[in-house]
Amino acid sequence: MYKESFDYFKDSNNVYLDNAATTQKPQVVLQAMNEYYTQYCANTHRSNYASANKATMLFEEARTYLKDFIHAKSEKEIIFTKGVTESINFIASSYVQENFETVIISMLEHHSNIVPWHMQGKSLNNGLYVVKCDENLNFDIEHFEKLLKKYPNSFVSITHISNAFGKILPIKQIISLAHKYNAVVMVDGAQTMAHLRIDVQDLDVDFYALSSHKSFGPTGTGAIYIKEKYLKDVKPYQTGGATINDVSFKRSILLDSPHKFEAGTQNIAGVLGFYEALKFIDSIGYKEIYKIEEELYLYLTKELSNICGIEFYNDFSQTMGSLSFNIKEINHEDIGILLDKQCVQVRCGHHCSQPVMKHLGIEGTVRVSIAFYNDKYDINKFIKALNKAIEILKE
Amino acid sequence: MNIDKRVKLICEDLQLFEDDLEKYEYIIDLGKQLDKLDKDYEKDENLVQGCTSKVWLIAEQNDGKVFFHANSNAKIVNGLVYILITIFSGLTAKEILSVDINVLKQLGLSEIITPNRQSGVAGMIKRIKEYANAFNKRG
Repeated sequence: MYKESFDYFKDSNNVYLDNAATTQKPQVVLQAMNEYYTQYCANTHRSNYASANKATMLFEEARTYLKDFIHAKSEKEIIFTKGVTESINFIASSYVQENFETVIISMLEHHSNIVPWHMQGKSLNNGLYVVKCDENLNFDIEHFEKLLKKYPNSFVSITHISNAFGKILPIKQIISLAHKYNAVVMVDGAQTMAHLRIDVQDLDVDFYALSSHKSFGPTGTGAIYIKEKYLKDVKPYQTGGATINDVSFKRSILLDSPHKFEAGTQNIAGVLGFYEALKFIDSIGYKEIYKIEEELYLYLTKELSNICGIEFYNDFSQTMGSLSFNIKEINHEDIGILLDKQCVQVRCGHHCSQPVMKHLGIEGTVRVSIAFYNDKYDINKFIKALNKAIEILKE
Repeated sequence: MNIDKRVKLICEDLQLFEDDLEKYEYIIDLGKQLDKLDKDYEKDENLVQGCTSKVWLIAEQNDGKVFFHANSNAKIVNGLVYILITIFSGLTAKEILSVDINVLKQLGLSEIITPNRQSGVAGMIKRIKEYANAFNKRG
């Protein structure tokens, strides 16, 4: 019934199960962006006429809403970015590079949380340390502690939910343990906000990267939460217009956070769309989202388990949103093409997580990722299409 | 036969199928007609740049014409590879270099015409042109 809020699903035969790549956008999000462009399009934080003031006011309202949404203490802690990838690159370049010799990540990271560390010259066991998983892809907390003991004062950058397998990491325990060894923690929340409430104070996290487009908002927008005590140590990633207090040819004096971190004209329509997406999530409530998704995920796993030759790579405890599998002796990409021809959209490949695929000895998987607007009709159509694809490819 | 004619013939075959699934079953069958590459050629240097399915592609020049041999680890991709080889093999290097890739849009196969970083098939056209360029330079 929630599909009604999305024009994408109107008169559509598509079964959209690629929500971990990006979610669909509800009409209220598109409407807010359209209103900005058609009714009060002006730059923010600069001009002083009515429409510019309205745009600035709503932009800052979005910041306050996001602050409350993730339970941050202050607006200063909320910096808008292009998304999770930019958030991680920003912190890697502007804070970690100068202050940390060692970075600890998990085996389940996607490339956005691997490549930035390589770019800094850190490589496996040479500045970059990877926490193992057990045979069900559960985070190995004992191995993590061993690494922390050996490399205290590290920077820990860990995903909250695995994009390929949907495993939820015990992030609160990870943060608490890391702090015991004087480590600083960034959480990659790309896959979280569409499914779970984030409370940065309860988690006691130091940095938290957020995505708009994976959480019903527009693409090209996201944010990084920076705990207030770290704001003075993080250098601006870029500088320019709207970041300064005073400039002469001799020197520049920057504004305080968050403005010193948001150089140039921002993705105003994107932030306003993001704002509406957050309000949309609130209008439904995480309790309802969780209830729908839990039931649907269970149904999906049961239906898939009946398929002959299916191979999973983990159990389904502590999982959410995404699920990966292969069918024996059939290439995942072939399955993806034949599902597409039956109007079912899933992602097939390595899901920008090549290292964990290599660890599992596979090139990729078929990934199904649900959102709360999916229903049993979608799963049934997907299973029917999958069976048809297998029938064709087994011949 | 020039390239336009080759593409037209394949288009005519593909247009026989109203149902997409049947069309792709036909493409899978086309893939079965590919001469299997010797395992020795399935090495990284012959791998087409692409992320998911693997495509190995080699080329040879005989009597001034370029012939391609390829193989993939995915069945549909093998069929798509067969189509591309049918179009490009047996032309001179110059002819291959002068092909306007847009001609392939007529095939209506999004896996071939989409510049998807994940697809080895799209990368294959680039590799075909690289081989042609190398042969052309050698003269």
